[in-house]
Amino acid sequence: MSLDTRNVVVRTVDLAKQYGDGEAAVRALNGVSCEIFQGEYLSIMGPSGSGKSTLFNMIGGLDKPTEGSVYVNSVDIAQLTPRELAFLRCHTIGYIFQTFNLITVRTALENVTLPMLFAGTSPDDADEKGMGLLELVGLGHRYHHRPSELSGGQQQRVAIARSLANSPSIVLADEPTGNLDLKTGQEIIDLLRQLNHEQNVTIISATHDHKMLDVSDRIFHIRDGQLASIDVKDEVPT
Amino acid sequence: MSQTEFKNVDPPFWVAWNQALASIRVRFLRHAITSLGIALGIAFFSSVLTMRLATGPDPSDPGSADRLLWLVCTSLVMCLVGVTNSMLMSVTERYREIGTIKCLGASDGFIVKVFFLESAILGAIGSFVGAFLGSVLMMLVAGANFSTVMLVTLLGTGTGIVMTILAAVAPAVQAAKMPAAAALRVDV
Repeated sequence: MSLDTRNVVVRTVDLAKQYGDGEAAVRALNGVSCEIFQGEYLSIMGPSGSGKSTLFNMIGGLDKPTEGSVYVNSVDIAQLTPRELAFLRCHTIGYIFQTFNLITVRTALENVTLPMLFAGTSPDDADEKGMGLLELVGLGHRYHHRPSELSGGQQQRVAIARSLANSPSIVLADEPTGNLDLKTGQEIIDLLRQLNHEQNVTIISATHDHKMLDVSDRIFHIRDGQLASIDVKDEVPT
Repeated sequence: MSQTEFKNVDPPFWVAWNQALASIRVRFLRHAITSLGIALGIAFFSSVLTMRLATGPDPSDPGSADRLLWLVCTSLVMCLVGVTNSMLMSVTERYREIGTIKCLGASDGFIVKVFFLESAILGAIGSFVGAFLGSVLMMLVAGANFSTVMLVTLLGTGTGIVMTILAAVAPAVQAAKMPAAAALRVDV
């Protein structure tokens, strides 16, 4: 399958981001244009200070560009009101964090259902779908546990289930294996790859982890605020 | 490309209510201390009020009413500042939680609602306890009757709730302005 025939979920056009003004201005991103396709597994790599996080935040609708535009599902996010942006985050984008970021006082199931309640799903439907998602990540039997009673890998699994709650087009993973040991990290990567295949969800991750890069379809290398190169992996045998 | 359709959907009220209750539960000691501060301020307010209602103005000292009013107002303002301060601290401490909830799709309005609710719950509990204890104490000391105690408890609780909601304005606005990207920060 040629990449060009696939649906584009994210497109950036001459994206630039500047922090500060005048002498103190720092240009974190300087003219990044790229396209990200439906169902691909993409890694964004780059040394710290390269603008990797800035690009990642803009694709995720967490930050607005100084120049250029970001289109997520053909919506220009710079044009959105804060309320519409919240709606976009709720319905179109799922987030996975390095530090898991589960809501500490809520059970695993409540954590997974929260985004669905924000989306206006009825509690019964949300519970049913939430249980399904927890089973999908292999934690159906621990739905009533609090995050503090789960291991790091299990917390990250709950976070993955939560990110899929509203069937998003994109899942953004910020160093998802950064706080996990090697074996658990590998399990999380395998799970993400499996979900990527089964649910055809686009996964965009910022990472340093070489195991993560091995399973990626494409790798963006960011250097000095620019898209330095793109590695395209061969079709991974399934 | 599929076009996103924007709708205005607000989560039901109980979602915010549960979130506020959960936040109080997890930081119980901190909230208990804040609540105790409110209780003390309102206890002072209501004991002074009960005493006035029970004994009436003192004819030999016409300025006493003004002085008492000043004293009561000062104590309420100090109490308000204390509550604002402790809530601002809890906003700073919860940057990641607030950022995460925003990433999950909470609107700014939802965050504001949670903070107001949290503050109102603390205010209601603290000021009811304070108003009741303050006026009962004065009933024993100054001999006010029970209907005065009821009236003052009601007044004190109302004042306390209004006060804590006022105290929550600045923290709630600060929390709503917190960027969603705060969820990605790793430093502890």
